[in-house]
Amino acid sequence: MGEVGARLVIETDMVIIGAGPVGLFTVFEAGLLGLRCHLVDNLDKVGGQCAELYPEKPIYDIPAIPSCTGQELVDNLMRQAEPFGPQFHLGQQAEKLVRLEDGRFELTTSEGQVFRAPVVVVAAGAGSFVPRKLPLPGADAFEGTSLFYAVRRMETFRGRDLIVAGGGDSALDWALNLHPLAKSLTLVHRRDEFRAAPDSVQKMRELVASGAMKLVIGQITGLEGEGPMLSAVAIKDAAGEVVSLPANALLAFYGLKMELGPLASWGLGLERNLIKVETEAFETSEPGIFAIGDIITYPGKLKLILSGFHEAALMCQKAFKYCHPDEKLVFRYTTSSTDLHKKLGVA
Amino acid sequence: MAKVIVTDREGADHELNGQSGWSLMEIIREANLPIEAACGGCCACATCHVYVDAAWVDKLAAPESDESMMLDEAFQVQDNSRLSCQVKFTDALDGLKVTLAPEF
Ligand SMILES: Cc1cc2nc3c(=O)[nH]c(=O)nc-3n(C[C@H](O)[C@H](O)[C@H](O)COP(=O)(O)OP(=O)(O)OC[C@H]3O[C@@H](n4cnc5c(N)ncnc54)[C@H](O)[C@@H]3O)c2cc1C
Ligand code: FES
Repeated sequence: MGEVGARLVIETDMVIIGAGPVGLFTVFEAGLLGLRCHLVDNLDKVGGQCAELYPEKPIYDIPAIPSCTGQELVDNLMRQAEPFGPQFHLGQQAEKLVRLEDGRFELTTSEGQVFRAPVVVVAAGAGSFVPRKLPLPGADAFEGTSLFYAVRRMETFRGRDLIVAGGGDSALDWALNLHPLAKSLTLVHRRDEFRAAPDSVQKMRELVASGAMKLVIGQITGLEGEGPMLSAVAIKDAAGEVVSLPANALLAFYGLKMELGPLASWGLGLERNLIKVETEAFETSEPGIFAIGDIITYPGKLKLILSGFHEAALMCQKAFKYCHPDEKLVFRYTTSSTDLHKKLGVA
Repeated sequence: MAKVIVTDREGADHELNGQSGWSLMEIIREANLPIEAACGGCCACATCHVYVDAAWVDKLAAPESDESMMLDEAFQVQDNSRLSCQVKFTDALDGLKVTLAPEF
């Protein structure tokens, strides 16, 4: 598995948008039919909702697995997909989808990666995971110049008076990584308890004790400054007093939310932000573009992982025909087929 | 049936039937009031944030540490902030008043 060098055009059988549980299982079902997959996900890790929202919570309704955590399910799906060598393109959003003259599709990501494939599978869940933004009037004006929700380049923060807001791993990790670069760094958090890994918290506490980092307990209530340049951040402290903390950069971590994003404009026949599909092959209104998992709707649809798995299996049957129009697909069991054993690497 | 009074983001009050045994989030969502509750009540999203009327704060079971941690990801958190999916409704809470927190 590896990241392929950016800006190369990748030709493959299937491009899967979304590496959630349903996208991951599609790799397996496609693999049994000899189809190769590339997957794109906005998150910097695989597993979709299971990995991002409830990695440590138990799931009880996966057939034949009485109980496993979200992350265990993802790890097992990765193991199951491994023989088929899926290629992951993480931390990027599928942005543009067009049909080429030869009938295939061309998909471009936010990082400029281009794919060409006869089949596109939208396994996009409730949409891309994107950072939650500060719901403060005028915040937009600062975004990208002095207000950030993620770190693209650490250099952006060199020599700046930086405030990092949040109490989880992202906030703590970046506070620790950026404090040597920044002119000053203040961590702002609602309460004096942190969700982040204990050793990050300890490192932070040591830096605060030595004066190398400041810690303010409070909540951001306003941004001050002209146009794109922030000059100070208003913070309501634990006692309810509002203080103005001078800063020219703010890095805010308020968790992630799911947002439909670019696929809303791909003309896929949406109904209340869900893609309508037929239930024989889970194809969208656009032949060759399939959709499965939480992103779809059809009469009786249940947003469950097991439904997504079923949809993946059926969808691959039809996808095969687009990839190999002249070949006949023979139905086989993994138990007994030597051909499938070879593909699985167990022969 | 026991009632819950929910003030929406425009300031309008809604009197809802409070099904004993349901979470407050479920009661609000069932009434089609705008509560995102993205994670469906698993204490994993903080989009079911409400403010509990001062008179009721102490009558609710105190939040577990899970809930406090998740509230860290909410915005405009106050002392009376709760994640409504973590508040179990019972008939003893008849008349409970809450306000939907701002969306973001
Ligand atoms: C707290 C919680 C508990 C749950 N418990 C259960 C349970 O017990 N049993 C059960 O069956 N289900 C459960 N579910 C539901 C289950 O998690 C979903 O049904 C499942 O995750 C859907 O999988 P998916 O692959 O369709 O989508 P997702 O898991 O949502 O993954 C979609 C992925 O696509 C990515 N994406 C979307 N658009 C783009 C784009 N344009 N470019 C790049 N990437 C994109 C997203 O970043 C995301 O990673 C639970 C859900 C939650 C939130
Ligand atoms: S619904 Fe997600 S935390 Fe309550």
